[in-house]
Amino acid sequence: MIDVQNLRVSFGQGASLVHAVDGVSFSVREGETFGLVGESGCGKSTVLRALCSLNPDWTGTVSIAGAALAPVPDRAFFRRLQMVFQDPYGSLHPRHTVNTTLGEPLAIHNIPDRDRRIIEVLDQVGLGAAFRYRYPHQLSGGQRQRLAIARALILEPRVLLLDEPTSALDVSVQAEILNLLSDLRRARGLTCILVSHDLAVVAHMCDRLAVMMQGRIVEELDVAALSAGRTTTAYGAGLLAASRGYDKRLASSLTADEPGA
Amino acid sequence: MSTTDPAAPQLVVDDLHVRFRTPQRIVHAVRGVSFTVGREKIGIVGESGSGKSTVGRAILRLTAPNATVSATRMSFQGTDLAGASERDLLKVRGRRIGMIMQDPRYALDPVMRVGEQIGEALDGRGLSAAERRAKVMAMLHAVRIRNPERVYDLYPHEVSGGMGQRIMIAMMLLPEPDLMIADEPTSALDVTVRMQVLAILDELVTSRGLGLIFISHDLNLVAGFCDRVLIMYAGRIVEECRAADLAAAQHPYTRGLLASLPRIESRQDRLSVLQRDPAWLEA
Repeated sequence: MIDVQNLRVSFGQGASLVHAVDGVSFSVREGETFGLVGESGCGKSTVLRALCSLNPDWTGTVSIAGAALAPVPDRAFFRRLQMVFQDPYGSLHPRHTVNTTLGEPLAIHNIPDRDRRIIEVLDQVGLGAAFRYRYPHQLSGGQRQRLAIARALILEPRVLLLDEPTSALDVSVQAEILNLLSDLRRARGLTCILVSHDLAVVAHMCDRLAVMMQGRIVEELDVAALSAGRTTTAYGAGLLAASRGYDKRLASSLTADEPGA
Repeated sequence: MSTTDPAAPQLVVDDLHVRFRTPQRIVHAVRGVSFTVGREKIGIVGESGSGKSTVGRAILRLTAPNATVSATRMSFQGTDLAGASERDLLKVRGRRIGMIMQDPRYALDPVMRVGEQIGEALDGRGLSAAERRAKVMAMLHAVRIRNPERVYDLYPHEVSGGMGQRIMIAMMLLPEPDLMIADEPTSALDVTVRMQVLAILDELVTSRGLGLIFISHDLNLVAGFCDRVLIMYAGRIVEECRAADLAAAQHPYTRGLLASLPRIESRQDRLSVLQRDPAWLEA
């Protein structure tokens, strides 16, 4: 469904050239959820932004649903692929009502029957028609993220890119949103890429995952291997150990200075 | 005034209330919180809006101007904090009780070199510039910064998040306080860096015999790091337990929170969703 070969993204030029994504290859089967994990700056979000053309300066070969991804895709492309962003406080227009937010993609793509679609999608994300004329500031964080998901789904895409969809939310709200995503994924047969720094979220949602470090994939494994602690690289093992919570002995072994300190 | 018995409480908080006046209504954010802190690591956990950060700030009376703090008793090593004047509080803040904020990018002064900024904590002690510099260097070394000479002259934007948080810890420890309040000190950090910063904090707090109030939303982290945990919900402490026993917590809110966490080891089909019971507001 998604095939990425040798993806590279760089920023800056000359001495300040940074290879944020430095030759990344992976593929995602139809209906599968693929996780990208790693620490800040490893390039995981940049991969997603390249796939949805928010970052048009990339090289490599990307095909989505059998069609090669153009540097500037046509409008129809975005009916197949949509993205949900990390921060529902920043990703929704503060002066657009729920109705405007959801109506905009329909207007752009000239899709008829807007009323019915808006009410339908609000129902599916558990908000309901009563929320239709509210503004984002009248919604809680969890409700905003439901709206962001509704906005992505209203075009009925086949691929959903999720960039840290729950990291701005409390754990009880996170559980609701992850359950919602699981239900929608099942009902619509979505193919997803989930970027997260939280290995527990990835273990819960994904089938396979790749660990990124400094713009490269250092390890690819399935979730059963992650749960059993069978990582094959030292970096992956370290990330897994640090994600299991505070352990005095482990932490003391990590207190060597950061590189460049 | 300070006692040598490690178990004796240094900070006593009894029936603390914090109310915020807004144009529409009065928000009762902290509703009768009582606890004590000795020379131990105590965690306060809860979700956004539970009042955990407000408790941390109220101890030092650092709440916003529209807040009213009241308590039957709030005292630190015999000093009354609830009734103290601003002038008296200046002798407590930073000197006897330090506070570590969540994000060093905002908490550090962006236009002042790191070393000078840390050294400000020693103002008014009559130290020479050389003595002061030596103390700052020693403290940078204590938070395991390998090259203190270089870091001393950096500006906050030139250091990483983990290094920034160590700088903040160094700054807060320099006046040798007896209690530290850390409000989500590692939430902005990556997991491996988080472990490093926690290890440094753990070691310094233990070796210097400080009390630590660790405010966090992360139950797993607090369970491993702290000695004792207070769980807050809607401005009240609903449960208190030893951190090691957190997995066996009794209160339905705590149990609900724990159950809603996804786990790396085992996959559930669906996550359990917290059902809030209005009775928890009164319990």
